[in-house]
Amino acid sequence: MLTALALGLVVLGLLALAALAPMGRLAGPVVLGGSAFLSAGFALAAGGALALGLPEGVLVLPFGPAWGGMTLALDGLSAWFLLLLGLAGLAASLFALGSPGRGLVAWPLFLGGMGLALLAADGFTLILGFELMSLASWALVALDHREAGNREAARLYLIFAAFAGVCLVPAFGLLGALDFAAIRAAPPEGWRAVAILALGLVGAGAKAGLVPLHLWLPLAHPAAPTPVSALMSGVMTKVALYVLARLLLDLCGPVQPGWWGMPLLAIGAASALLGALRANLEDDTKVALACSTIENVGLVTMALGLALLFRAADLGPMAALAAGAALLHAMAHGLFKALLFLVAGAVQHAAGSRRLDRLGGLIHAMPLTAVAALIGLGAAAALPPLSGFASEWLLLQALLGGWRLGEIGLQVAAAAALALAAMAVALAAAAMLRLFGLAFLGRPRSPRGAGAREANRFELAGMAVPAVLTVLVGLFPGLALALAAPGIRVLVGPAAMPPVVGLAIGAGEGHSAYAPLVVILLLGLALVLLWVVVRRHSPAVAERGPAWNGGFIDAPPEFVFGDPLSQPSAAGMAQPLRRMLGGTLLAAREAVTMPRPGDPRPARLEAGFEDRAALALPTRTARLRDAVAGQVERLRGLTLRGSLSLGFATLVGLLALLAWLEAR
Amino acid sequence: MGFGQLPYDVAHLLGGGMLLLSFMLLYQRRVAAVVSVLAAQGAVLALAAAWQGFVQGAPQLYLTALIAAVAKAGLIPLALRWMIRRLALARGVDAALGIGPSLMAGVALVALAIMVALPITTGAQALAREDLAIALSVVLLGMLMMITRRNAILQVVGLMSLENGLVLAAVGIAGMPLVVELSIAALVMLVLVVAGVVVFQMRERLDSLDTLLLHPHRGEPE
Repeated sequence: MLTALALGLVVLGLLALAALAPMGRLAGPVVLGGSAFLSAGFALAAGGALALGLPEGVLVLPFGPAWGGMTLALDGLSAWFLLLLGLAGLAASLFALGSPGRGLVAWPLFLGGMGLALLAADGFTLILGFELMSLASWALVALDHREAGNREAARLYLIFAAFAGVCLVPAFGLLGALDFAAIRAAPPEGWRAVAILALGLVGAGAKAGLVPLHLWLPLAHPAAPTPVSALMSGVMTKVALYVLARLLLDLCGPVQPGWWGMPLLAIGAASALLGALRANLEDDTKVALACSTIENVGLVTMALGLALLFRAADLGPMAALAAGAALLHAMAHGLFKALLFLVAGAVQHAAGSRRLDRLGGLIHAMPLTAVAALIGLGAAAALPPLSGFASEWLLLQALLGGWRLGEIGLQVAAAAALALAAMAVALAAAAMLRLFGLAFLGRPRSPRGAGAREANRFELAGMAVPAVLTVLVGLFPGLALALAAPGIRVLVGPAAMPPVVGLAIGAGEGHSAYAPLVVILLLGLALVLLWVVVRRHSPAVAERGPAWNGGFIDAPPEFVFGDPLSQPSAAGMAQPLRRMLGGTLLAAREAVTMPRPGDPRPARLEAGFEDRAALALPTRTARLRDAVAGQVERLRGLTLRGSLSLGFATLVGLLALLAWLEAR
Repeated sequence: MGFGQLPYDVAHLLGGGMLLLSFMLLYQRRVAAVVSVLAAQGAVLALAAAWQGFVQGAPQLYLTALIAAVAKAGLIPLALRWMIRRLALARGVDAALGIGPSLMAGVALVALAIMVALPITTGAQALAREDLAIALSVVLLGMLMMITRRNAILQVVGLMSLENGLVLAAVGIAGMPLVVELSIAALVMLVLVVAGVVVFQMRERLDSLDTLLLHPHRGEPE
């Protein structure tokens, strides 16, 4: 099994090489088809391993760094994320087949890098795969480099990726060994463990887009081509979370103190709230979806933090509940966010724009895409019976159990996190409603949008895979959690049982349970009842009348789809939330310029916001860099003797350090 | 092999002699005398290499000794003397650090070299350990000389002395391939040629060999 997976990674590398060969029009189908095939293979292998039994032992590759071969292994955690990678990679590769192939060299490398990072059984291999993933995705983000905005996004993305690497390499270096089994046998302690916590949280958090290191995410994810942004949002952020979970929950082991969960809980809550709020305010579909990614990554991080807290407090079932919430939400979000980015891409192809103010009424032109979007947005809005509801229900149940943590401080923190998480989930639902309403309902807002056509069959196939899976995971969350059980055991201990009651999921030793099949039955019953009542009281034949135009005068006849200005706009729908919450969290501003009577200039209403949390760290770092550069610049003015003395003093200083180290 | 045995004692004596000559280089003010001390150090280095060749039974070290004797005790000092005569520096006095401070700095560097070299080489032969400590001291003293001197020729002398220390370290270690020493020797001759060109150019353009005067002439826009 491991050999087959390793061969799959090698074939992905060969596909990247094949993309260099002059194959003309055949290159796209070969490379993307091969990627789709291999992704399906990964998903099958990971799913099969989770269901039937994981492969034992470690595969040592015959090459690697100077001190030994690279090692691969598949345990419950990596298999779960590999399953997500395979499913989302299959969907995105299928979708990519529907348009002319671009970035064909980097695409298999991106998939292979993520696979390598997930399969790694030592620190070196993991970092290698992680950085391969970063570099390949950077190349894909920079694909449309003719636009200045995309160049800026790619540059920022590379800076943050390098920063993540700079933090993760010492974090893995401080573990004391490279081989994961050796690290588990002797987990780090004392200041080393704290340094690993800080470095790992910052490094993996920068890659996952956690607040306050999320500046790049709403810029880079939309800049990439659609299948790439789907994979980046759906899977790459999850690989970063996998690294976080692997490093903090698995490798550092259960010996770590309980307060380790607090930073994760706090950062996760902040990310969830800020991301959900921003998703409500953005007027670009992909940017709004990227902000919603920040929210969901925050929710998973909260669940991981809770798992740490419960595990340290010896509350096994609660820890398993939180870990199950983290894994299930990672899977659910990976699928529905990939789906939503693919929908956004299909809409961009068909209607020519990503801006909500230029879309509208697409449900008539693209019914199948609209159904896929409805499934994805419903899951993102946590509506039963879709996958997002199941996982977020688990998370809220775990948060509700926070009172079991013995200390009053932790209880208050869990309660505060509960309030923030609930607020974030509600805000996300509002954002998803706004996206669907503006893009798919109403009337077209632009001629290009009025002429939209349904997506082609490859794109539809690409969207169908995650849509069906989202529904399936939503209907059978118990089965999904049963598959995730080995992963939960890796996170919280070998005795953990997944929070499953038959086909349903349950929390707190069976006190409460969520059975989607029952819920869908009740929902169906209510809908049928409603339909019957409506039929009885309505006239037999439906009558179509003109749509009410909100009190505006009739549009001129050349506007066949009505006056766009008489429809709600993206900024208009965002206004209440911007006024309510934006002022404190996002430094929202609003200025009315009213010319004096007699002045022919138009009156202007200017509104906007600025994500100060995202800007705070980068601007300060840039200022520090300038200061350091200014100081270093002075070295160039040294005399010949000064330069010689500097080198000599450095040498003597290093020798003195050596002598001091030896004397200890 | 340890203290009280002939191979060790002679090697120690010769190494100590080189260190002593390094100290003389450090505080000697008169330019002509500095070159004489350098020649003496080269000669001692040749002796040390020959002795190591005899002790280790390594005939290639005799070649190293020959190179040191010809180049370092002969050709290089001759070339430097010729330069000094051409530039009329024979009675020149260089403003260096005072005798007291330079000797104190030198002693501190030797102490540092011993503190670094001895613990690292625990387990190695006593001869190699002492040799390494002395060689590191000679290297550090050569660098110190390059910093404290202002005259360009004497900075070159510092570089040569530093290189003597490197060769001393190389011959003290059994099994060092000859190619290392040969390439170092070739490098030193090249450095001498470059340094000669620079010195003459400086003399021609600036009418002085004080390297501090070079500073305003750096090729950078201010």
